Order: sequence, then C-alpha cells, then structure tokens
Amino acid sequence: MSEAEEYEHFEAVVVGAGPGGAAAAATLARYGVQTLVLERGVDAGSKNVSGGLIYAEESAPYTIDALFEGFREEAAERPVTEYYLHNVAGDAVKTFDITRLHEHDTEWSDAVLRRKMDSWLADRVHEMARETGGGLLTEVRVNGLLREGGEIVGVTCDELDPITADVIVAADGVNSELARDAGLMDWEDPSEWFQGVKAVVDVPSDAIAERFGIDEDEGVAHLFSGDLFRDVRGGGFLYTNADSLSIGTVFHLDSLVAERAEPHELLDALLTHPLLAQWLGDEYREREYSAKLVPDSKKVAHPEPHADRLLLVGDAAGQMQAQGPIIKGMNHAVTAGALAAEAYAEARARGDPDSAGERYARKLRDEGVMRKLRPRGYEAVRTLGERDAAENVVDSVLTSAVGRTGVRALSGLLGRLYSSPRLAAMVPDTRTPYVTLPTVIAEELGERVGDENRVRPPSLEERIGELTYDTDIGNPHIALTDNSYEASGAAVTACPVSARDFGGGCYREETIRTNGSEETVVSLDTQPCVECGTCAIVAETEWEHPRGGKGVEFREG
Amino acid sequence: MVSLHTAVLTKGVPDFREGQVSFDEEGHLERGKTPTVMNPNDRHALKAALQTRVRHGGCTSVMSMGPPGYKDVLREAMASVYADDLYLISDRELAASDTWATAITLSTAIERLGEPDVVFAGFKTADGETGHTGPQTCWCLDMPIVTHVIALDIDPEERTLRAKRLVEGDIEEIETVETELPAFVVADPEFEPSYRTASHRLELKDLRARTERRAEEFEEHLTVWDHVDLNLDPDYIGLDGSPTIVSSVDPIPKAPAEREATMVDPDDEDGMREVLDVMAPLAAGGD
Repeated sequence: MSEAEEYEHFEAVVVGAGPGGAAAAATLARYGVQTLVLERGVDAGSKNVSGGLIYAEESAPYTIDALFEGFREEAAERPVTEYYLHNVAGDAVKTFDITRLHEHDTEWSDAVLRRKMDSWLADRVHEMARETGGGLLTEVRVNGLLREGGEIVGVTCDELDPITADVIVAADGVNSELARDAGLMDWEDPSEWFQGVKAVVDVPSDAIAERFGIDEDEGVAHLFSGDLFRDVRGGGFLYTNADSLSIGTVFHLDSLVAERAEPHELLDALLTHPLLAQWLGDEYREREYSAKLVPDSKKVAHPEPHADRLLLVGDAAGQMQAQGPIIKGMNHAVTAGALAAEAYAEARARGDPDSAGERYARKLRDEGVMRKLRPRGYEAVRTLGERDAAENVVDSVLTSAVGRTGVRALSGLLGRLYSSPRLAAMVPDTRTPYVTLPTVIAEELGERVGDENRVRPPSLEERIGELTYDTDIGNPHIALTDNSYEASGAAVTACPVSARDFGGGCYREETIRTNGSEETVVSLDTQPCVECGTCAIVAETEWEHPRGGKGVEFREG
Repeated sequence: MVSLHTAVLTKGVPDFREGQVSFDEEGHLERGKTPTVMNPNDRHALKAALQTRVRHGGCTSVMSMGPPGYKDVLREAMASVYADDLYLISDRELAASDTWATAITLSTAIERLGEPDVVFAGFKTADGETGHTGPQTCWCLDMPIVTHVIALDIDPEERTLRAKRLVEGDIEEIETVETELPAFVVADPEFEPSYRTASHRLELKDLRARTERRAEEFEEHLTVWDHVDLNLDPDYIGLDGSPTIVSSVDPIPKAPAEREATMVDPDDEDGMREVLDVMAPLAAGGD
C-alpha cells in the first residue's frame, strides 16, 4: 500500500470559501462529486475584502445568482443603478455619467460586503456538499500540497492530517499558498499588483436615500481620479450598501512604492475631499478599515492555471480584471470556479480525471474569460504607451495649451470615450489616464465644489484598534529574511497598517548606532497584520497565512 | 463501525462567578439568590464524551441528580456540548445525600441505562470539592478508572481505551495508560479533544447543528427518575444512607497580607528599571 492510500480521501477538495470556491463546490456537488471545502477563517468571509461590486455578465456562462438562488435578496446590499466617474483637480470636479459603460454586458451588478455574502454562500455550500458526503469546514488552514512521487495528490493542513483528492481547486485568494507551492504564481514584481484600502462607513439607510436621491432598491457607484492622490497611479471609489458606504482607494503597487505613499493617507485624501461632504454628512463613523492586494489580470492571469490535479480559481489564478473604470473580480472567480468543476466532471465521465486541468484552461479560453482578463487591445497599447518617453510626450502634450484646447473641444466626446468598453480595456498603466488626463479634464471643464468637508478620519492607530484579532502568540506567520532598509524599507510605507514614525504597525524603521556609524534597519511585528500580502512583494519575507481561525477577522469585508 | 454508548455525570453548582454569587452578612452562601449552573469541570467530561461520540458514533447520555431545577443544568449540558438523551434523578428521599449515597444512586441509574461502554465524570465539583463521587460511583460499578485524563483514544473493536493522564494531577508528568472497556474516565481540566480528520470535523459540525435544535426542546429528551423507578432502598440513599456528618462550615479567614505592594507606572523608566533589577536574579534561577 502506498503512503497516500493511508490518508483520508475526498473526491474533490476546494480550498477557500470565497465566491470562486463556493461556485466550484456548488457545481461539483451538483455533479454528485464528494466535495470537501476548507476555509481558514473563523467564518467564510472573515478573511475576505473586496471593493466591492459583484457583476453578473450577460456573456458569462455562470452567474452567482444562477448558482445560488436568492443570492441578490439575501447576500447582497444594493444594486448599482447609477455609475459616475469624477475627474478631480484641487476642488474642481468634472463628472461623467458612465452608467452606460457599467451596463455594457451587465445583467445586474450589486454592492456586497464580504462577511455577510461569503458566510451566506458557505451555508448553502455546506448543505449541498454534505449531500455528497463532503461539507465545508472553517478554521482549517491548508498550508501546502501533498505530493507522491513528485506529483500533486492532495493537501496538507495545520489542523488536519493530510488529505488526498482526485481534484484540488485552489480558490485560496490573492496570496494563494497552493499556487505558489505549485510554482504557478509568485510575489515578485510590484507592477503586477494593485493594493486597495477601504473604509466601511456607517450611514443609515434613510440618510443614504436622502443624500444620494435613491430608493431602497437603488444604489450608486462613484469613481474618482485626478490629482487628489498626488502622482500615485490609481483611483478611488464609493459604493452604497444597505446601511453603509464602502469607500476606498486602489493603486498600482509599484507606484505606491515609487512615491513612498502611505495608503491610509491617500484614503483620507478622498474621505476629506469637498466632493464627498454631500454624502458623508457631519457625523463620520467608520465601521472597519481593511486592505487587499489585487492581481492585475492583464499581466498575471495565468493562461494555464493548473498543475497535475490542482486547478487555480479566482484571485489565486490572477483572475481579477481592473481596466480603467472596469473593476471585475468576483464574477470571473464564480465563472472560473464553475468551469473548473465542469471540467473535472467531464474528465471523470470520460474516465480521464487527470485531464481536468487542460479541460479547465480550454474552457477559460472558449468561454471568453481569458480574453476579458488579458485583452488583446491592452497588449498593443502597452508596447507603445508604457515607455517613459512616450508617456512623457503624451503628458506634456496634454498639459500644454494645445492639449488643453483639445480637451475643451472634445468635452462631449470625452464622456462618450469614457463609456467605451473597448477603450477601457486598453488603458495603459501610465500616469496619463490615471492622473494627467483626469486632472486636465477637471481643470479645463470642471466646476468648483464649495462644500466644507468636516470628516476627521480615524488615525491608523485607531483603525487598527477597531479591528478584531486572534493573535497566534509566539507563532508569527511572516518572517523578515532581510531587514536592511534597501531590501525591505518599502514595506514601512506600503503596508496599509504601517507608517513612517508610527510604532503601532507591522513594519517600522529603526536606526542602530554602533561605534559612531549609523544604520537603518526594518523591524516587523505581525500582530496588527491584515494579511494583504503587500510585504510579500515589496519586502524580503517568508510569508505564510496564520493558522486556521487565527489573525485578523473582518466583520464587514 | 462499532458504536459506543457513553454516559456523562454532571452536577449543578452555585454560579461562583463574580457578580452571580451572593453571600449573606456572615459570609454564608445564599443559595436561593445564587443561580445554579453546570459544574464547570463537567464541561471537560462532556468534551471527552463528544469526542467519543464523533469518532465512534453511538449515543451519549447525560445524567444528573438533584432538585427539579437541575433540568436547566442538563439543558446547559446539551446546548454547550452534546447529548442524545438526558436523565435527572430527582426525589425528596434523595435530599442531603453525601458522596457515598450519591454514588449508590448514580451507579444504580447508570446500570439502568444498559451497560455504557464508558462513563465520564469531571474532576471534582465547584461546591463540594471532594472529588469523591466519581471514584465511588466507579467502585459501585466495578469498572477500571482512569483519572486526570488529558487525551483519549478508544479502539471499539478491541474494546480497549488508551489515555494520557497527568500523574498526581501534575502537568509536568504525563503517563499513557491502557485499560479495557467498560471503563470510567475522569477528564482533567487540561483535557483537549482532538479532531484530526475532516470526517470527524464534519460529524462534529452536524452534531453541533442538531444540538442547537435539540437544546430548545430538551425536555422531550429528558427522563426523570425517582428512587422507586430505580428500585432503591430508602435506607441506603438520601440522608439515611449518608454516613458523612457535616458538623459545621467555617469561613476561611482572609490571608493576612504580609507583603507590601509597590505600584510602578509602566511609563516610568526609572521605576521599571528598579523592578527589573529586583526580578533579574529570580529569572536567573536565584531565590
């Protein structure tokens, strides 16, 4: 008897109970596959953060409400019925209505909070999977792949003995340890990632109705770009929930690092802008501060996200589409999860379960998922636009008198251009679309916002203090492997719960004086860690998730 | 799978937690004003029984002896851990039983359940603190006893039980013992259930969900017995059957404080340094 035969066996193991894992597990269960779902949080959603809008695309083969009946009524917050893009320069703002762009290929789109959404999904998944002899377990951290003769045959966990499976769906998120164990993803290049931070702000539903002019079954999404984030490439968002607002900022990680920007300060710049006064009112109460690393699918969506019996789904495979004002992740995870399940069921029916990975990759292509994640138009523009020289030329033309005249002359057209899905997919990762163009638009076409914003956002210390942690004392999950400032100093500013001259965060600078010489080093305390993964990319670390049920617990997400 | 029948003994005790417990002016416990709760140590016995139930199936009976109000103790046992069925031995004839009379009553009731494979009890009650009832009940049942159990493994096919236990209740000294079923197990407060397979955790999750529902309607699963039901001779139970005589209860005087406490503000560097200077030799192994 081989070693693997002694282990507990399930036909399918799904790692992670987010939308991707839930879709995979529900679909597997429908095919009658015995499915075990392992989630490391105390509750599904307690480790998950998103902006967050979830879409049901008309062109997608699977949508979350089709897989889970009652999803919109019970797990979501509000539908998005209006969508605006604000170009900001100082207190001048030019707003475009991009509802048409938002509605392109959209059956519906809802604002969600992940704790509520994912735990609702998990209850359904557990019931369905239990019927097959499997089920869903929380507080179990899968820490790696089980191999036999070099081949992946199962998973290893902190809390359970190793488990073998005929198919393993890794839906374990942006910092997937399984994808890294398999060598399919890495944490190397900051330009391949975004980092988002978010505040969930308490606003009663009647105040939302009044301030946004909407009914109970309506919702608004706002995007912000321009000079309010200095030169950092990215933007802000505001979504209406049932009785709260999700307000956040998302930036290219390489840009955050290059500018040594503090993410929480950029969020505060948005929260305190005069434009937001009308929506935030005089009493600002923040329910939760959170952060998340976001893969840039244009660069990292894996075209063949599988190895042996392992199939990657959602953020774990880099399946997060952030192209200009189009920000879609959860819907792709849902589609991918269901396609992975479909691929395995087909492979099993053909008597060739090991072909599930190849079938899955083919389905991602055939169903148009890969084309959305890695649009061809972007590749063409990228070669032209993401070179410094070209960027500088475009920027200087735009900011010149000629460019400004052009912007004024094209004002009507600009709004339409911003509503073009094809153009949105081509947006290059340069300062031009994020900072320069919106700033010029606002300066030339914008109107001054005179409102006084009275919001005093909480300090980083207060924000960390409000979060819930079950610290795994004496067992830090991240280790600094190089504490020199050159190697790891970027984490002090880029980490969303650290800041220069702040002692209560994860990363801090320390000056060591020895015999007259001075050296700056970086030190780490993982206690306030929100497990976003930023430092795994920008610093030299050995990065793992905490054990099951340990670490940060998001209540909103 | 060979399933196992387990029985768990539990007792209601005054809730000694701050804010719950009430004393009169002379320092005597006011029983009427202090709520009754499940003896905290019994939780560990219930955890051990639950582990057995999860791993081997079968059923778990939880038993208590006391006034009718102890029903709530059984409800608490059911809600907080798990129980298939509940038994309360309640009878005026049983009032003022000492540990010996209690043991005779409990062992008779346990035999009435059929022959359970394992009987679990907690490590002494929070009120009597004798730690006698478990071992005396076991003696009546004529089973092997394993006390201070911190980990448990049962082989139902071989009908053996292997346990890790603290020797003399000392956490520094752990021994592993093996015995045959049926057996009597006293769970130590250090007892840790272990669920290392997904199947066990799924079963545990199922049981928890069912338990929540069952606890709401716990009386449907409750059987109340009196001494007639158990065919017990009144001479051997209650006050008549209790050889122990409690002459009086003396309050323990508050220990005189001989040491002087010095308050140091953690932000006071000089003060903290002095504390360190005093403590450093102790840390180095001095006295």
